[in-house]
Amino acid sequence: MLALRVNGSHSINRLRSEMDRLFDSAFEGFPRLTRDAWFAPTSPAVNVWEDTDNVYAEAELPGLKLDDIELLVMGDELTIKGERKDVCEDEVSYHRKERGAGSFNRVFRLPVGVDAEKVEATLRDGVLTVTMPKADEAKPRKIEVKTLPR
Amino acid sequence: MTTMAIEKPAEREIARTEPTWNRPQFRPNVDILERPDELTVLADMPGTSAEDVNIQFENGTLKLHGKVKDREPQETGYVLQEYGVGDFHRTFQVSEIIDAARISAEYEDGVLILHLPKTEAVKPRKIAVKTN
Repeated sequence: MLALRVNGSHSINRLRSEMDRLFDSAFEGFPRLTRDAWFAPTSPAVNVWEDTDNVYAEAELPGLKLDDIELLVMGDELTIKGERKDVCEDEVSYHRKERGAGSFNRVFRLPVGVDAEKVEATLRDGVLTVTMPKADEAKPRKIEVKTLPR
Repeated sequence: MTTMAIEKPAEREIARTEPTWNRPQFRPNVDILERPDELTVLADMPGTSAEDVNIQFENGTLKLHGKVKDREPQETGYVLQEYGVGDFHRTFQVSEIIDAARISAEYEDGVLILHLPKTEAVKPRKIAVKTN
């Protein structure tokens, strides 16, 4: 399984957001679906899955350019770092400000070791997809079962 | 003295618009800024595209809808799932008087930027005070 490391403030934010969510849903009459409810304003939510050859990680990073994102892969550890710049303007009045800004850093332990040299990442329409080929020793190996001559 | 049975009011669901298909819909996070000449809406809608975003403005109601293509793993499940994939939908009641004909929108890096220009009548006008 995948171990997820979160620092202290992260969990607090998560708890607070969850409380907000419960409060809102109780008083608004119907639940509101806010996908970022679990995380701090900028810390992206991440989905991870795998097939026989690769491990994939996907994160939604709207408003970020490739230059704003840093990916590090070491053994079975993936780090996603980034920053969404605050474009707060002084001359305007904000009716709502829900889109967070600031930097984030998330570290994941992947289910298997990956080949860091062959990792590829794409960023399209605010969705980051990281494709990490599994290290050879981590790939499932089919074992031939021989029948012995009698 | 007899105790009267107090009838509990039937619990009813609050009516709200629902999609016809049972796929999750999410509320995009937005920033709404007011400038002297327009309202600007910034909405985080990753995974959609300029063609798949539908914006409606009618009688002061602004509806945003972003279609998101399925991108869930087909063969296997998630090892870790922190968010769901689905369309984005949100509706606002805009009290400012907007010039609907001049509404424009851009979509870049997963963010929808919507410009709602105010009509001439509501723009602040500086009135010069003359002295004799």
